[in-house]
Amino acid sequence: MLSELRTMWEVLKHTFTKAETVEYPEQMPYLAPRYRGRIVLTRDPDGEERCVACNLCAAACPVDCIALQKDTREDGTWYPEFFRINFSRCIMCGMCEEACPTYAIQLTPDFEMCEYDRQNMVYEKENLLINGVGKYPDYNFYRVSGMKTASKDKGEALNEARPIDTKSLLP
Amino acid sequence: MSELMPVILALTILISGVAGAAVLTWFERRLLGVWQDRYGPNRLGPLGIGQVVADMIKLLFKDDWIPPFSDRVVFIFAPTAIVVAMMMGFAVVPFAPGMMIIDVNIGLLFFLGMTSLAVYSVLLGGLASNNKYALLGGLRSAAQMVSYEVFMGLSLMGVVMMTGSFSLVDIVEAQTEVWFCFTQILGLIVFVIAGIAESHRLPFDLPEAEHELTAGFHTEYGGMKFAMFMLGEYLGLMLISCMIVTLFFGGWHGPMFIGDWLPPFFWFSFKTFIVICFFVLLRAAIPRPRYDQLMSLGWKVMLPITLVNILITGAALLWIEGVA
Repeated sequence: MLSELRTMWEVLKHTFTKAETVEYPEQMPYLAPRYRGRIVLTRDPDGEERCVACNLCAAACPVDCIALQKDTREDGTWYPEFFRINFSRCIMCGMCEEACPTYAIQLTPDFEMCEYDRQNMVYEKENLLINGVGKYPDYNFYRVSGMKTASKDKGEALNEARPIDTKSLLP
Repeated sequence: MSELMPVILALTILISGVAGAAVLTWFERRLLGVWQDRYGPNRLGPLGIGQVVADMIKLLFKDDWIPPFSDRVVFIFAPTAIVVAMMMGFAVVPFAPGMMIIDVNIGLLFFLGMTSLAVYSVLLGGLASNNKYALLGGLRSAAQMVSYEVFMGLSLMGVVMMTGSFSLVDIVEAQTEVWFCFTQILGLIVFVIAGIAESHRLPFDLPEAEHELTAGFHTEYGGMKFAMFMLGEYLGLMLISCMIVTLFFGGWHGPMFIGDWLPPFFWFSFKTFIVICFFVLLRAAIPRPRYDQLMSLGWKVMLPITLVNILITGAALLWIEGVA
């Protein structure tokens, strides 16, 4: 009985507290910089697509909402021929961002992406690509990776040692 | 003119009762919001009062579906019964001197009878729906009625003994000096608890307990039939509040240290408003008890308290008589 009376008193005291409600459309909530919202594909500092179509994001995706197809450019670099994210399935878990070896796929603090037509929730590569580097301004995958391209040979990447001659006994 | 007075008053009560119940749905949600640190409906119109109209329109345009497996006649009759019974209860409420539809010398019994009739509505609704949740809700309502009706009536016997009359006007007049909430404190506590149980308000809304029985007795109801149940519930809330004010808080009398310089109707409605706010506070604060707890509270705590109250009141009255 006493605890009921005390409960009522404690609730009555809330007459003088302010409502916690954030009235959303008028009053935008604060979103942290690393909030997991709409997914984008970023570009490297040279303005090229970062994505190398390795398929790791599609493999990591727990709801299988990512679809892509690899293709090779004339200089030997890889890129996605198409890259498709079905946002009506996406659960914004960020696993794709964690899996991505080239920092290409990133999540942004934006969640206002409602559509009346479900088909409009499917984003193609041109919808996903942004003109920026996202969270990693200096990173360029083909500069640091050992892969041979038209502009550099093996061992010419940043911080990369020369290839070891396996036929020689000298170090 | 004096013959027309009750008719005009009855129509006024009918209209203001329905409108009041509608506004009360909004008011309750806003008040719950205040106590739960949120806003409640605040988008439509000033302070969100337009929500009432929006809800009305929604309920009016809903499909009026009668389940094919239900008992058709009883199914339609049930929601009407609660509204009619609760409205009838307002006939004896003395709002102000001379401002009541009828002053019968058994007003109190009439009120108790009408609230008991309202329970039939819940019972029949649960039975007619032919649905296990609705049936369970109806069963609970029946048990709740049987146990809480007993001491709801008995708790008022102290008031009746002190007044010597069942007439509500006499009861209010008897409180000119001291309100019965001081002399009949046990009766007040029991009557408030029984009143909540009687009108199926939280925390005693076990017949509809939405987390156990989906919606209890009105699981199968929709549209205006559901609205009638809600109307009945809010009318019941208002009626119980009116009765608490009439029986224990001096009816139309102002508080003794302020006096009667404001119109009697103001005091009556102001006190009723406070009691309604108290009921909303109960809803906001107290969780619903388990069903056996409800029953044991009724029979093992409330009934003995009531009987002790009657005993003490009777003894005190006889003692005072003996001294005088």
